[in-house]
Amino acid sequence: MGNSFVFMLLAVIAVGSAIGMLVSRDAVHSALFLVLNFITIAVFYVVLNAPFLAMVQVTVYAGAIMVLFMFVIMLLGAERLRGMWGDRPSELVFAAFLGFLLVVTFLIALVMEGKTAVSANMIDSSPVALGLRLFEGYVFPFEVVGILLLSAMVGVVILTISNKRGKNV
Amino acid sequence: MSEITINSYVILSTILFVIGALGVLLRRNAIIVFMSIEMMLNAANLLFVAFSRHLGNLDGQVLVFFVITVAAAEVAVGLALIVAIFRTKKSIDIDTLNLMKG
Repeated sequence: MGNSFVFMLLAVIAVGSAIGMLVSRDAVHSALFLVLNFITIAVFYVVLNAPFLAMVQVTVYAGAIMVLFMFVIMLLGAERLRGMWGDRPSELVFAAFLGFLLVVTFLIALVMEGKTAVSANMIDSSPVALGLRLFEGYVFPFEVVGILLLSAMVGVVILTISNKRGKNV
Repeated sequence: MSEITINSYVILSTILFVIGALGVLLRRNAIIVFMSIEMMLNAANLLFVAFSRHLGNLDGQVLVFFVITVAAAEVAVGLALIVAIFRTKKSIDIDTLNLMKG
């Protein structure tokens, strides 16, 4: 499942950009760090034999969704808030401790598991194979997702439309 | 160079998920809270693809496809909500959002 040098390099970039997003004071910088993180994950998808998902990750996540984020940040002019973190510093320590505990729990679980299972052979994961799998076994979820996207679109229009004429943001 | 196993991907995905969860718990800017949620979804997606490769099964990739679609819808609705909240309260600091009625 990939060369260990490639994995370590990508993992350092992914975790570093995630921490950069977490601690950036400016929301625009956070968004740019998140774009870097998404692109790193797209490269992971290529390594993991998922080329179609890598392309979707770049176009949908790093492209469309992040453009939406940037647009809202700049529309609202909310790059910086006065206080960056919550009011109580004890919250920060407690949340960091809980996160650390979760990572340690996973580490312990993996160490107790002990044996490292051998991965299966590479399978055909071309867009054709993925599309066949999608329409063979997942037709109903596909339709439901279509309805979900439609209702989300209608909901967004209703939410952002101004009910008083001539009075906008 | 030695080969990487599934365990490394589990650890990396957990670390990314925890960083996202810390962002949701600690940051006050509502937009950054949303970005952190996206990062948590991405950590889960990465693990789906890693297990899909590990087990030699394409279903994990199909599921990631659905997760990306739902995440796109969620971001659109969430950002519309943020814009609506900003209109009434002139702020997106989540510590000031303590009323159900604007």
